[in-house]
Amino acid sequence: MSEVTEYKKILPEELYRKLDSFVEDLGIDSKDPRKKGYLIQVLHKAQSLFGYLPEEVQKFVARKLGVCHSEVSGVISFYNFFTTLPKGKVNISICMGTACFVRGSEKVLKEFENFLHIKSGGVTSDGKFSLDVLRCVGACGLAPVVMVGDRVYGNVNPKMVGDIMTDCIKLANSMEENK
Amino acid sequence: MAKVIINDIPVEALNDASILDAAKEVDIFIPTLCHLDLESFNIEHRTGSCRVCMVEVELGGRSKMMPACCTPVQDGMKIKTNTPEIIQIRRTVLELLLSDHPFDCLICAKSLDCELQALARQFGIDHLTYTGERSSYPRDTSSNAINRDLDKCIMCRRCETACNEIQTVKVLTGYKRGFMAVVAPPEMKPLNDTNCVFCGQCVNVCPTGALTEINYINPVWKAINDPTKKVIVQTAPAVRVGIGEEFNIPENESATGKLVAGLRRLGFDAVFDTDFSADLTIMEEGHELINRINKNENLPILTSCCPGWVNFMEYQFPDLLHIPSTCKSPQQMFGAIAKSYYAEKIGVSPKDLIVVSIMPCLAKKYEAAKPEFINNGVPDVDYVLSTRELAKMFKEAGINIAKLKDEDYDNPLGESTGAGVIFGASGGVLEAALRTVSEVISKTELKDVNFVEVRGLEGIKEATVKIGELDVKVAVTSGLGNARKILEKIRSGEAKYHAIEIMACPGGCINGGGQPYIHGDTTKLERRMKMIYTEDERKVIRKSHDNPYIQKLYKEFLGEPGSKKSHELLHTHYHKKREK
Repeated sequence: MSEVTEYKKILPEELYRKLDSFVEDLGIDSKDPRKKGYLIQVLHKAQSLFGYLPEEVQKFVARKLGVCHSEVSGVISFYNFFTTLPKGKVNISICMGTACFVRGSEKVLKEFENFLHIKSGGVTSDGKFSLDVLRCVGACGLAPVVMVGDRVYGNVNPKMVGDIMTDCIKLANSMEENK
Repeated sequence: MAKVIINDIPVEALNDASILDAAKEVDIFIPTLCHLDLESFNIEHRTGSCRVCMVEVELGGRSKMMPACCTPVQDGMKIKTNTPEIIQIRRTVLELLLSDHPFDCLICAKSLDCELQALARQFGIDHLTYTGERSSYPRDTSSNAINRDLDKCIMCRRCETACNEIQTVKVLTGYKRGFMAVVAPPEMKPLNDTNCVFCGQCVNVCPTGALTEINYINPVWKAINDPTKKVIVQTAPAVRVGIGEEFNIPENESATGKLVAGLRRLGFDAVFDTDFSADLTIMEEGHELINRINKNENLPILTSCCPGWVNFMEYQFPDLLHIPSTCKSPQQMFGAIAKSYYAEKIGVSPKDLIVVSIMPCLAKKYEAAKPEFINNGVPDVDYVLSTRELAKMFKEAGINIAKLKDEDYDNPLGESTGAGVIFGASGGVLEAALRTVSEVISKTELKDVNFVEVRGLEGIKEATVKIGELDVKVAVTSGLGNARKILEKIRSGEAKYHAIEIMACPGGCINGGGQPYIHGDTTKLERRMKMIYTEDERKVIRKSHDNPYIQKLYKEFLGEPGSKKSHELLHTHYHKKREK
C-alpha cells in the first residue's frame, strides 16, 4: 500500500464520510490477516452510497482496508453486480437466469432496449434510466422477473413493458421532485 | 515423512512436499507450465491453473486425477505419472490452451524460448483439435520497456506473483472472469499509466511471448550504419556473465573478451565498459558517504544505481527522497562523461556521438529516456539494449561469439577495476564502496578487499564493518519486497544503518529483467554470481580509486569527487511521483 494517496476526488465528501464510518463500525483489527475478507461487504456499501465504483472510490476502499488497488479492481471486475460506470436514477434489471430465460426474458429485454433506445448495460442520455441483466433473484416461480430498484415485477411479457415504463417514469419524476 | 509409491518406486518425502517435489527425488519429471520454483529465493508459484501436471493418485482404494504441483503427498499414496490416459489428458489440456493462442510462433519474439511451444513439441501436437473463438486485445506498447501482448497470455499468473508478492509493486491483477479474464493493471490501463517500475521481473517469469521487452535493435543497426555518427557502446557488469548462455560458452569460461570482440565486429566505433563508470560512481558515492558519516547526518545513504528501485522509491516512499545518494546510475554517468569529456577528446559534437548501452535490465530503457537525462534534446544515453537483444543482434549478424578470440575494451572509458565488475551481483556496490571508503577514512591499505558477508543471493544481508574507530553498519537488499521491509524500518526509525544497497531484482543485476531466460533454474544465477566474483579476482586492480583512468579523468576534467563539475554531470535529483 502506498502512503501517497493524492488522487482526485470528485464525488461528495459526505458520502466518503459515511463509507468511512461504515468501515470503522466493522471494527476490523488492522493486524487481522482476514481483513481482506471484508472487501466485498465494503464494496456493496460503497456502491449503495455512490451508485457505482469509480477509480477514486476503489482507491479509497483499498487504502481503508490496506489492500492494493489492483486487487480491489480485480474483485469488482469479477462480480457482475459491481459497476464502475454510473447507472441511471432508475435502474431496470431483467433476470437472465435459467428459469426466466426459458420463459422468454430475452424478448422482454429486447422490448426494453427498443423502448429506451439503449442496449443492456447502457444509460439513457438524460441519465434517468439504465438497463442491465442479472442472474436469478430467487423468485423463479414468478419467471420472467424484472426488477426496478427494489421493486419486483413477476410473470412479465413484452406487452407489459409499456406499463412498467409508466411506473418507472413516475418514479424518476418523483425522485426529481424530492430533490 | 510420508511414504508414497510413484511409478512403482517407493519414495519418502517431507509431509508438506508436493507430488511434483517427491517425484523429482527419484528423477521422475512431471511436465509443468504455470508452476515456477525459484529455489534460491524460496519462492514458489503454484496456482495449479494450467493442469499440465496432472497425475493419477490412488489413496484408500480410490483413484483420482490431481495436479502434482499443488497436491501435497500423503502417506500411502500410489501415484502414476505417465500412463497413456495421463498423457492424453495432458495433451488435451495443451490443445485447449492452444485453441485460444495465436499461431505466430515463427514471428514471435519468444520463439524457441517459449515454454508452451516446448511442451507442444514434447507432446507431439501436430494439428489443431479444437477451434473456436479466440480472445484478442490491443498490444500494450505504452512504455519504452515492456511489451504486453495478452493474446499470448495463458493465465498462469506468474507475472502477478512476481509483481505483487516478490516485488510488492502490485500493479497486476486478474481482471474480469471466464473467457474475458486477463492479467492486467486495474481497468486494463496501459502500463505507462500505472505505478509500474519496469524492473522486468514479470518478463523474466512469463512462459510465453505475452511479456517481452520493447525492442530497439533496428534503430541501433541504423545508427551503426550512419556515416555521420560516431557510435560507442557500454556493457554493464552483469551482461558478460549472462551472454555466454545464449552461445553455449562453457559455464566456467569468461565471455567478457568474446563479448568485446563481438561488439567490435558489429561495427561499434569503440567498445567501452559500464564498469568504468561504476568505478566513477564509487568515487562520487563514496565521497558522499564519507561526508555524511563525518557530519553524522542524513544517514543511512541508499545506493541509487538501480532505476527500478529509484522508480519504486519515487512512487512508494516519497517521504524518504532525501536519503538516497544523489549519484546518477553508472549507465547515466557513462553517458554524461561520454558526451562531454570523451566527445571533446575526440572532437565530435555530442549530437553526433551515439551512446548505446547493453544492460541486463529493462528499467534502464525507461531511465535513459527520463527528461532529466536529456540535455538540449541530446540524451546522455541514446539506446538501451537488453542482454537478450544483443544476443539476437549477434545472431542476426552471423556472429557466434563463442568462436571469437578474446579482445580488450577500448580506452579511456573501458578500463575498470574488480570493484566495478561486482556491481552486477547483489552486495557488489556496497562492497566496492567499502573498499574505497575504508582506505580513504583509515588512510591505510586494506589487507583483504573481500567483504564476503555482503555477498550471496539472500534477500536481506546485514554486516558491521570496522573502519578506523567507527563501526559502520551496512545492509544489502535485493528484490523490492525486501527493500520495502527495510524502508519501512527506516521510516519508523527502527533500523539504524550507515549505508544500504538496494537492487530491484532478486539477486541483483545478474537476475535483471533483460538477462537470458532461466526458466526457473536458479542454479544459473548462482553460476552468474560466481563468475562475477571470479572476474573480480582476475583483475589486477580491485579498488575503484586505484583506476588510473579514473584518476586521470579527475585530474584532466572533473577536479575532485563532489566538485561543481561532478555535480553538474554525475548527480541528479528525485521527484515525488503521484500515485497513478
